[in-house]
Amino acid sequence: MDNNKKKQQQEAPAELTSGLVAGAFVILFASILVSLLFGPVSIRPDRIFLEVLSRFPGISIDSGLSTIQEAIVWDVRLPRIVLGLIVGGLLAVAGASYQGVFRNPLADPYLLGVAAGAGLGATIAIVSGATNGEGIFDALPIAAFLGSAIAVAITLAVGGAVGRSTSTASLLLAGVAVASLFTAIQTYIQQRESATLRQVYSWILGRLSTSGWDEVIMILPYAAISLIVMFSMKGALDVLAVGEEEALSLGIRPRRVRWIVIGAASLAAASAVAVSGLIAFVGIIVPHAVRLVVGASNRLVVPLSFFIGASFLILTDLLARTLQSPAELPIGVVTAFFGAPFFLFVLRRRSDGII
Amino acid sequence: MSSETKQQTRPDMIACENVDKWFGDFQALKGVTATIAEQEVVVVLGPSGSGKSTWIRCINRLEAHQRGTIVVDGVELTNDVRNIEKIRSEVGMVFQQFNLFPHLTVLDNVTLAPKWVRKMPKADAEIKAKELLNMVGIPEQASKLPSQLSGGQQQRVAIARALAMEPKIMLFDEPTSALDPEMIKEVLDVMKDLALGGMTMMVVTHEMGFAREVADRIIFMESGEIVEVGTPEHFFTDPTEDRTKLFLSQIL
Repeated sequence: MDNNKKKQQQEAPAELTSGLVAGAFVILFASILVSLLFGPVSIRPDRIFLEVLSRFPGISIDSGLSTIQEAIVWDVRLPRIVLGLIVGGLLAVAGASYQGVFRNPLADPYLLGVAAGAGLGATIAIVSGATNGEGIFDALPIAAFLGSAIAVAITLAVGGAVGRSTSTASLLLAGVAVASLFTAIQTYIQQRESATLRQVYSWILGRLSTSGWDEVIMILPYAAISLIVMFSMKGALDVLAVGEEEALSLGIRPRRVRWIVIGAASLAAASAVAVSGLIAFVGIIVPHAVRLVVGASNRLVVPLSFFIGASFLILTDLLARTLQSPAELPIGVVTAFFGAPFFLFVLRRRSDGII
Repeated sequence: MSSETKQQTRPDMIACENVDKWFGDFQALKGVTATIAEQEVVVVLGPSGSGKSTWIRCINRLEAHQRGTIVVDGVELTNDVRNIEKIRSEVGMVFQQFNLFPHLTVLDNVTLAPKWVRKMPKADAEIKAKELLNMVGIPEQASKLPSQLSGGQQQRVAIARALAMEPKIMLFDEPTSALDPEMIKEVLDVMKDLALGGMTMMVVTHEMGFAREVADRIIFMESGEIVEVGTPEHFFTDPTEDRTKLFLSQIL
């Protein structure tokens, strides 16, 4: 009987257990370490390991790295890893939140026009020559962010006005329409200005190349705000999942929860896109992978998606910059290469009624 | 205690006056006027499409009425969001489809709203939930998932979930209509206990046995109107209205 009880509880863990959190931390830490040790420039991993150790307070070891090698570790690899951590975490948590709010397993962070808006913004910045590729005052991420924000705002204004009722379908349809419109304009501009085609194309495929810590600093405040909001709403998403009327009859206002989560998830997606371009599939496959392991409670899926999304993007970026070194693969290609087959697998399981 | 005494001696919990409700051109409620006293159990009967469900859904504002007044525990239902929230926190509702959260245990289903809405500490919410599961007769199912339970057990969890918010009024919208006949009794028994415990209840159902045995008063509706109101004895043995007689002849 006791055994039986234990088993059932394991089937449905509703709260984050310390074991799960510890596991997620271990995966993330391992990803960071591996990514720090390997790269296009070969530096002896054991020395990097010593170098990392030497930075802990109270430990003084000479790692034997040259100044240039030290700079590669701390100013090239690490900021890129941290950016991957933030962007991967943001996209995965935004995806999990969207899936919870729309109660649709196929929702992704680009759903409401974020991608198309950012694409248009970035294209305009590139075509107009406003981007100089230089750090925190570069026009490109700002234009991409504004593009996303405008696209999502239009989607919410139109879809929200139509869908004053309890339906989210009008919001999704508005998102599709807005995305088509923005993509059409973006394609038109891109065709007219074919000289910049390559640059636009490479942005659209996504990349995590950084110039020191600028991108990390730029994205940090938005990341913090949106993550705090999404984490705090994870319980409400579970209540929402019970059903609209049940939620209402229990005193919860589903519409308010929905607006807050949609706002935070869109902010997360827009800021991720602004610094890294359109990285595909992280927002869809990571939450589903988490669900396959821990079940569908949003109180688990939302926070764990952060760790797994961060680890996934750090590792795919390692592949992107080493597979064809010294050339770099666009990270969007790598995530999609691994993401698409997995996604098909999830889809197949779904049609079997397993999820 | 007879119904008349309850109605005469206790204050009104629900008071509806001339309530009209349209869906487009279709008038679903026509001048519905009725009061339900504290601790009273009222069963609403009537054919399908008579407006029974629409009416009780208006009482916690899942539907908005367009004319007339609905006052619940002294608070009038208007578009004022604060009033609606106050009412919803005092009115529990059980639906035909129990819609438990499939990925949470029975215990978590019951504690979710108190923890989230009432900010009740987890330990307190769980003690309360276990009491309620005990009350609805399934304390041993606390750690199971809804899919491991029978329909009747799931509906009892749904009742416990509504009770966890400590409502003053419980609304039941055809709570046994989706159940296998063999499981109806276990749900009705829980509702009967609740009624005996003094809960103010409004029940839309087709279960005549329950109406006869548990109700203080029966309200019979047809075509959006209240046709007849009376004690079960009056209603089943000596109804006044022809429409009531016709309904009873078809159903009994």
